[in-house]
Amino acid sequence: MQIFVCIKQVPDSGQIRVHPVTNTIMRQGVPTIINPYDLFGLEQALRLRDRFGGEVTVMTMGPPMAVDSLRKALTYGADRAVLLTDRVFAGSDTLATSYALSNLILKAGETWGAPDIVFCGKQTIDGDTAQVGPGIARRLGLSQLTYVSGIDDMDLTDRQILVRRRGDHGVQVLRSQLPVMVTMMEGSNEIRRGTQADALRAARAEVVKWNAATVGIPDVSLCGLRGSPTVVKKVFAPTAREEKAEMVATTDQSPVAMADALINQIFTRQPALQDDLLRQAAGH
Amino acid sequence: MTHEHFDAIVVGAGPSGNAAAYTMAQRGLKVLQIERGEYAGSKNVQGAILYSDALEKIIPDFRDEAPLERHVIEQRIWMMDDAGHTGMHHRSDDYNEDRPNRYTIIRAQFDKWFNRCVREIGVTVLFETTVTSLITDENKRVIGVQTDRDGNGIFADVVVLAEGVNGLVGQRSGLRRELRPEDVALAVKEMHFLPQEVIDARFNLKGEEGVVIEAMGTITDGMVGTAFLYTNRESISVGVGCLVSEFAKSGEATPHGILDRFKNHPSIKALLEGSEIKEYAAHLIPEGGFRAVPELVGDGWIVVGDAGHFVNAVHREGSNLAMTTGRLAGEVVANILGSCMTCTRDNLQTYVRQLEDSFVMKDMKKYKNVPRMLEQGGRHIMDLYPRLLNRSAQTWFRVDGKDKKSKESDILRSARQARGLTGLLGDAFKLARAWR
Repeated sequence: MQIFVCIKQVPDSGQIRVHPVTNTIMRQGVPTIINPYDLFGLEQALRLRDRFGGEVTVMTMGPPMAVDSLRKALTYGADRAVLLTDRVFAGSDTLATSYALSNLILKAGETWGAPDIVFCGKQTIDGDTAQVGPGIARRLGLSQLTYVSGIDDMDLTDRQILVRRRGDHGVQVLRSQLPVMVTMMEGSNEIRRGTQADALRAARAEVVKWNAATVGIPDVSLCGLRGSPTVVKKVFAPTAREEKAEMVATTDQSPVAMADALINQIFTRQPALQDDLLRQAAGH
Repeated sequence: MTHEHFDAIVVGAGPSGNAAAYTMAQRGLKVLQIERGEYAGSKNVQGAILYSDALEKIIPDFRDEAPLERHVIEQRIWMMDDAGHTGMHHRSDDYNEDRPNRYTIIRAQFDKWFNRCVREIGVTVLFETTVTSLITDENKRVIGVQTDRDGNGIFADVVVLAEGVNGLVGQRSGLRRELRPEDVALAVKEMHFLPQEVIDARFNLKGEEGVVIEAMGTITDGMVGTAFLYTNRESISVGVGCLVSEFAKSGEATPHGILDRFKNHPSIKALLEGSEIKEYAAHLIPEGGFRAVPELVGDGWIVVGDAGHFVNAVHREGSNLAMTTGRLAGEVVANILGSCMTCTRDNLQTYVRQLEDSFVMKDMKKYKNVPRMLEQGGRHIMDLYPRLLNRSAQTWFRVDGKDKKSKESDILRSARQARGLTGLLGDAFKLARAWR
């Protein structure tokens, strides 16, 4: 079985700062991480491989420094890593990215075997669009299973997969024909700690590096800034809210006592609310 | 799978570990470096000043690539009382040279770069991996390490302990004693963001020029410690450090309390005005000096950097000693293995001899009595003398109708009252002896 996992190297959003004067995002010196949502897909991929056999290939499109994230994915236990890097991809929006990645997946499929499952993160923490996974699925004609909270079963002879999907009003249990594109819900699993052998292998591994030419992108004008209709109109830092947070302390640490203290505080400030609620309660 | 074997395993990816790993790989050894942090530098804290000389001896053209902030053209040394400071400033255009001698750096970035050089020269580096213990053979010779990842031990001809001030691996393996509170300082620092132009204007700088302020005095509440302020490109590093034993003795003083006091001191506050705090960090610094240096070599192991207590607290040097000890250890190991010998304690003694011939041990020895002197007379040096000095300066500079001769005797009288003539002479004698 071939499983491909698309990851993205993103700035650690917890450590991004906004320039106090120019109000622009300061990326310099901000540590990069693997987009946290991608790790749920990677762990699920590793679990399927451990159970059903096969290989997990992680891939990304990005600048040369994205190799660090791929190496880290290898440390977790992925079998190989591919970096698609080229100047023509600079400035890609989600449309151009899904175009480039679907071509990367095709090339990787030719090289190591077509994927049975492609995992993508539900969304990234820097773009937050959740568009690239579905874009890839559409371009490659894969069934898309988004917001998956668990994979219940897989049958490689019938080529079917059974998943649970988080819907608006509950959980859907879906069966689909392979190949599929899956995005995993956060919290559905926890990324493992790779073994010492994995860590050593990752440290020594050669990450495969491809460019637009090696992958054979059919139409380069659909890549990068040229292939990106999205326009960023403005980036701004929201102003901090005026009201200050307040600590409500209780000596009794039980949940009931803390809730009581909180409600008392609210009712003291808004006596009308208390009357209103009492009236409603009496009415029912 | 057969077990992994390397020529050398380096524990830690700070300046000393990077220097050792780089030096050995450059000389053809198969080296594994193990770092517990997510990346090199993620666990490291320093003011930070980079001393070019030590790095030049490892990577001669480091200036082309290394992330450097500003080269230092001005050094200020301040003795502070509660209201102000009296100090010495040294600034020279000579420091605007082709190959500047000192730079301010941001360690997280610098260490990442240094470690990339290490990887590029062929060292295998494991991150987020902690060495839990040393593996020894029946003759107590160290032959490898055990890590916290699932798997067997990893073996090597020699283990370079570049694990930093705590030295937990060495301690657990009984190669060194536990840290003593009087031998380590607890330092805290903050990075304050300010636009480059503001820093340039505030400190009278242009281009890549930088200023370093080292201060001591009443801000540490009489505890033995120092404070600093370094200019980076678009941030200011500001921090304080005091001996752990002093914090214990005081019982009340906290590192962040002292840092707050320093930041709000009238001499410092204006320099930080309008800045935004980027990060806060704390770390231990080995300041016990020569007498705190542990055993440095044994059968199959060698100690470098902070793990060997190589810090010159008087001159605020440490990273250069780390790089130099790392490089020398690397050279010695490469020579031993290159001549098909084994890394026995006797063979590794060459490293200790080379240290003794270098500035490293000479400087450590020169100041070997300073820690003891501070332990005994620290309160006077940190509190009484800065007060006296600042009071005397005021007496000297204030124009108030009093004649100069009376002013001079006022100064002398206040000094004698505060410490007594024997005390003053005793302190001078002790200081001179410790400095010798």
